[in-house]
Amino acid sequence: MAHAQTNRALMAGYKAYVAAFFIFLAAPLIAAGSFAFNDSLFPALPWQGFTLDWFFNDTEPKLGMFHDRRLLSGLYYSFVIAAMVAALSVAVGTTNAFLFVRREFPFKTFFYIVMIVPLVIPGVILGISILVLASNVANAVYDRFGVEISLLRPGIFLVVLGQFSFITTITSLVITARLKKFDLSLEEAAFNLGASRARVLWTITLPYLRPAMIASAIVAFLVSFENFNTTLFLVGSESPLTITMYDRMAKVGSTPVLNAVSFVLMVGSGLLALVSVAVQRPDPSGQ
Amino acid sequence: MTRDAKRLSLILLFAPFALWILLLIVLPHIGMVALSLREKVAPRIYEFGFGNYIDFLNEPIYWNTLLRTASMSLLVTALALLIGFPIAYYIAKIAGRRARGALFLMCLIPLWVSDLIRAFGWILLLRQTGVISSLLVWSGMTDEGIEFLYNDAAVIVGLVYTVILFMIVPLVSTLDGMGDDMIEAGYNLGGGHLTVLRRIIIPYAMPGIVAGCIVTFMLTAGSYLTPILLGGKNSSWFTEQIYNQFITRFNWESGAAFGFLLLAFTSITVWLGLRLSGQSLANTVART
Repeated sequence: MAHAQTNRALMAGYKAYVAAFFIFLAAPLIAAGSFAFNDSLFPALPWQGFTLDWFFNDTEPKLGMFHDRRLLSGLYYSFVIAAMVAALSVAVGTTNAFLFVRREFPFKTFFYIVMIVPLVIPGVILGISILVLASNVANAVYDRFGVEISLLRPGIFLVVLGQFSFITTITSLVITARLKKFDLSLEEAAFNLGASRARVLWTITLPYLRPAMIASAIVAFLVSFENFNTTLFLVGSESPLTITMYDRMAKVGSTPVLNAVSFVLMVGSGLLALVSVAVQRPDPSGQ
Repeated sequence: MTRDAKRLSLILLFAPFALWILLLIVLPHIGMVALSLREKVAPRIYEFGFGNYIDFLNEPIYWNTLLRTASMSLLVTALALLIGFPIAYYIAKIAGRRARGALFLMCLIPLWVSDLIRAFGWILLLRQTGVISSLLVWSGMTDEGIEFLYNDAAVIVGLVYTVILFMIVPLVSTLDGMGDDMIEAGYNLGGGHLTVLRRIIIPYAMPGIVAGCIVTFMLTAGSYLTPILLGGKNSSWFTEQIYNQFITRFNWESGAAFGFLLLAFTSITVWLGLRLSGQSLANTVART
């Protein structure tokens, strides 16, 4: 009896711990989001009443985010970069999946580990090493031929390459996991019915991979959108949103407009997360 | 398919992989190491040499920062494991089927939010005019606001917060694969909670523990935003030194040397961790 009681007490304590942990997880996000609606010039207590000014107001000092030209251009550049990174990394992730699931070649295990490595290299180092290589190449070309390759100078192109270099690992892992579960007899059946290789790929295999491709594209998009460490070293004059926000936070001091941006980003990525969960859910038709 | 066609398609599939790894990972790192071995002897004249590394050793601030980064990262990793393991165990083994999915998703929520916003949230909570301090004043526990920000504890809290998901996710997936019968057998044979944990659950979860620790450690050691924003000017994080060399001082040679040192140091730590735990990279991080 006493034993059962201590067990019950232990369990209650355990549950309280889990609950406390989730409060810990949520607290900073709630703080970052909720001050967007505080009618004050500073993101701090006391609560001065509800307002939407930090989103929509068009005059200083309470310039809302949708009228703040620098934040909006940061948002735009982040979108462009993230879309390019997502497209590229899903394409290469898909070819990598076929390479590692369907093919046999020497040193396959070694190459598989090599594929994982970019994910554990610190982002700062990826950033500087790509910056160094690109600048070396650009300088060498300039010294030899007198041609300036502006693509290899800090800017959107390098940011895309830098983020692509480690995000491709994520997309490859997600798509590989899905391709491993594919039932090869489906392809064989299509071949027996006279379908060509391209047609089988297009009508059977790729549709099967689609949920993983969409989900990994969403993850790639979000990781790119949020990335700071790698981007910091490769960014040119077109700053994406995280860099713009950081400059504001570090130099100007924060106003609740940053909370408004945070709120919009959290809602946006939450919605995308839901989409990625929904597309990965097993199809009720039993596919 | 004929043999030639097979070979051609293998080459075509291998090409994107090879280009990615070669152009964006291997060559840049070689370039970084080469740059770090260059010494400036006169304007625009360079010589091969270990000067940048010798400078690092001769300047206590530099290697102290590296040691501090490494030891704080180890501490953060240990804390993340201690705090995260019970949560992962709860999600994988105790929660009901439906609650499990929901809790797991809730764990992932901060993952979808950028580092910057997470750090910003902590700033709003911890600073002198922040939420916690204001609540303490309001409740009468202190007369004046307390600054919780800009110290090591704030940096550690922020870092644990940032990386703990990468600890929980691999733990949940390994614990998920463990049969309940193994745990029950342990209890039936007379084991107490601690014995079952130590002799059955932890050995089984080892690949997940190691995978989580590696990722957590690398992310912490390589983090930039959280230590700087929460630690303030005196955070002394090694990535900050790299940034200073590269961007502020425009001393790329020394910045590249620092980058290589960070990479070497973290890799050696990970290798040691794998050695000590008897695991390999292939059955921990690469296991999906």
